[in-house]
Amino acid sequence: MSYEVDGQEIATDEEGYITNLPDWTPELGAVIAKAEEIEMGEEHWAVVNFLRDYYEEYQIAPAVRVLIKSIKKSMGPEVGNNKYMYELFPYGPAKQACKIAGLPKPTGCV
Amino acid sequence: MAPHDMNTDDAPKVVGDPFKMPKIECGASMDTNTYKAAPEHNEPLGFPGELLDNWQEVAIAKIGELAEKNRAFQVYLDTCVKCGACTDKCHYFLGTGDPKNMPVARQDLLRSVYRRYYTFAGKYFPWLVGARDLTKEVLDEWYTYYHQCSQCRRCSVACPYGIDTAEISMAAREILDSVGVGQKYCNEIIAKLKKTGNNLGLNPKALRATLEDLEEDLEDETGVAVKLPLDVQGADILLITPSADFFAEPHIDGLLGYAKVFHAAGVSWTISSYASEAANFGMFIGSYENMREVSWRIRQAAKDLGVKRIIFGECGHAWRVGYSFLNTLAGPFDFLDQNYPIPQHIMEFTSDAIDDGMLKIDKSKNDEFVMTYHDSCNVARGSSMGRQVGGQFDLPRKVMKAVCNHFHDMERDTIRENTFCCGGGGGLLTDDLMDLRIKGAKPRMTALQQVTADHGVTHMAAICAICKTQFSKVMPKYGYEMDNIMSVHQLVANAVILDGQEED
Repeated sequence: MSYEVDGQEIATDEEGYITNLPDWTPELGAVIAKAEEIEMGEEHWAVVNFLRDYYEEYQIAPAVRVLIKSIKKSMGPEVGNNKYMYELFPYGPAKQACKIAGLPKPTGCV
Repeated sequence: MAPHDMNTDDAPKVVGDPFKMPKIECGASMDTNTYKAAPEHNEPLGFPGELLDNWQEVAIAKIGELAEKNRAFQVYLDTCVKCGACTDKCHYFLGTGDPKNMPVARQDLLRSVYRRYYTFAGKYFPWLVGARDLTKEVLDEWYTYYHQCSQCRRCSVACPYGIDTAEISMAAREILDSVGVGQKYCNEIIAKLKKTGNNLGLNPKALRATLEDLEEDLEDETGVAVKLPLDVQGADILLITPSADFFAEPHIDGLLGYAKVFHAAGVSWTISSYASEAANFGMFIGSYENMREVSWRIRQAAKDLGVKRIIFGECGHAWRVGYSFLNTLAGPFDFLDQNYPIPQHIMEFTSDAIDDGMLKIDKSKNDEFVMTYHDSCNVARGSSMGRQVGGQFDLPRKVMKAVCNHFHDMERDTIRENTFCCGGGGGLLTDDLMDLRIKGAKPRMTALQQVTADHGVTHMAAICAICKTQFSKVMPKYGYEMDNIMSVHQLVANAVILDGQEED
């Protein structure tokens, strides 16, 4: 499968994670979200941006708990909790949000 | 939080039968396939990148090699008398109704080919003995159905000859790998571990940051500086735990439990960034070499850090490898303190700490939970614990009962040595098999619904990273919430009161 942004084709793996990380732009993020049937709001972008910042620093996505703690700090406890994260990203804040953020899929027993 | 409200009257209520024979449907799950590995996943494991031109010749030779090297494997292929005792023991069969998911049929996928090339009758009268040629269709069928076996060994308990389908399934995957047909999920993960030390791909800097973050949480919660030490030279204990414990829920809550227990017991311990993984996916793919390489990292870390003991965290198949194979794979561990089990399980440590009065416990902290315990297959049928026979069943229950007031077991034939797999073990915990995982979880979920109806059970605990992730994903399909699955040491963490802890 692949995504299309401004007439350009962006390659992905079988599950829709982009294979070349520098391909990512916010426009692409929006396209991936659409394919995931997610309408991106301010809260979605806060999660995506945090994941990208964290990835830039550590080359891996944060633990869900670390993500939630940070979002809780920036957006309050109504948004920064596990349940709400799953409302934002029904397939999980780790996997689905990573996909939209253009990051590799977390692997292992997770 | 609230589970099914099924307690409308006091009488025991049958919500379903976990052993119910499904309606047989040939080919029901023949199109359920897991993604194949790319060359970059296969090659670091020593396998051909893609399907070899002479795959048939190589695969047939590999069957012969395995039968020659592994006598048990040959016996398993030779001795089945088709008695049928195993047919209804597999959760994937019960969940899908596909007759090829009956353990005997699953074995026969390989047995029929072995017969064709390695038995007298099969060589000359294949039609008489159910022997068949190894064709591409057969190879594809192997790929499909040997990735619908979680290697949980429930069927082997029922087999009067002790035939172990898990061994056959592991061998089949090894044969597939040897001709360049690997599974993406397992092989990508093993390749990642070889690079970073864990399945997640967590580098030392990220691991340190995660642990520091958790230390902050613990101090916020308790007012006590509980440490999660990393790469500490000369620590007494090396903790080997699944990397999911650094990432996922409820796994992380279990890790915090280990930290509290170690703190309360006053021992010095460390995590290693080099061997930051307990899971050993080498076992799932039947590869001795890969299993050994993964295990060897644990030995290396123990030596480099100069520890005296190794303790494993909550990880099912890691404990099977740890308890049953570690010494063969990476021993002798003559440099460790011989007064302790090598390796030891965190449950043994916590159980002893309870007996020795090292833990101050307030059971009421878990009063909101009515608990049951899911025996993870690899712990139940591939290991032991403690000093008594059956300790792998009794110690987790003992620890749970020591920290919880409300505990009820599920039906006897679905627990202990007869436990049902969570539905995601053996390298099947991947999103592309979600449909199979949901169906495979059905017997366990049905047994759980029964104790919910009978005793108001709200939560289930487990000591395996795969089980925890699997249940957090599939329980919502059966009327529970994702956080109705807990780590045993999460319950311990809730109930342990540390010296100097601020109580609210």
